[in-house]
Amino acid sequence: MSDHDHTGEHEHGHGGYDVDPSHHHPPQPDLEDTPFSRHQLMQMAVTGLLIEKGIFSADEIRAQIEHMDTIGPARGAELVARAWVDDGFRTRLVADSKSAAAELGMDIGPIPILVMENTPDTHNLVVCTLCSCYPRFLLGIPPDWYKSRSYRSRAVREPREVLAEFGTEIGPDVTIRVHDSTADMRYLVLPMRPAGTQGIGEEALAKLVTRDALIGVTLPRMT
Amino acid sequence: MQTRFAPGDRVRVHRRFPPGHVRTPWYCRGKSGEVERICGRFRNPEQLAYGNRDAAHEVLYRVSFSSRVLWPDYEGSERDRVEIELYEHWLAPDPGEMK
Repeated sequence: MSDHDHTGEHEHGHGGYDVDPSHHHPPQPDLEDTPFSRHQLMQMAVTGLLIEKGIFSADEIRAQIEHMDTIGPARGAELVARAWVDDGFRTRLVADSKSAAAELGMDIGPIPILVMENTPDTHNLVVCTLCSCYPRFLLGIPPDWYKSRSYRSRAVREPREVLAEFGTEIGPDVTIRVHDSTADMRYLVLPMRPAGTQGIGEEALAKLVTRDALIGVTLPRMT
Repeated sequence: MQTRFAPGDRVRVHRRFPPGHVRTPWYCRGKSGEVERICGRFRNPEQLAYGNRDAAHEVLYRVSFSSRVLWPDYEGSERDRVEIELYEHWLAPDPGEMK
């Protein structure tokens, strides 16, 4: 911190341009500035070998990464919005999410996803206490907090406090079901349709359903 | 599918602490709950983790625990639950229920 001393004489002009030449921020490290971990090295070595052996090509692995990056929470929101406007679909989605999603032409991937429906009496919350299991094939990459030790340990231990920190108050008369995604299932919360959304189209409804609502740390609301 | 337990059965998680890749969270070992559903048969992750592609298929359950059973000082509602995916070889009939 010696080159960035906040007790120094200059004003720290965040929000404006820094014109003090003696005021140096340390450079942001580049990806290569930290040593590769054992697993990063193994991954690079194995990738290289698989390409060399012709198991897959460099372009195929690039395309798969590109494809995974196009997957996002909007797909989960689309399922929820359809469930809100179509009771039959809601029942099918809860019973068998893979075939229900296929009705919308959506492939939710090879791992079973269980849809947990919020009701006036029950609120659902999803966590993976062991690692970071998440319905990636449906929703994409999980948020960083989902992978944090703090969320993973506290969601099962004190879910109401965790929810309150996300700004979500769950009344004492509502039961909380925490789903610990420990093995071969993945989870999607089906929130309740917010009040005041009568006459709103399916596409607009889907916009109310955020990633965090699909994990269960918040509730959809009219914005 | 042959399963040892059915939905609604009371079960207790073995209080075992084997080394290696185990997908039974510590906080439920030795605790009693109720089978919520049968998820199907999946290859045992304890063997898969070590490269055994022929790992045995095991029945996977979802077991629902009262949060107060898991955490005796739990401060939320007494109806709150935690539901965990557990393999059959980790479960025994709840001794409290045996005749």
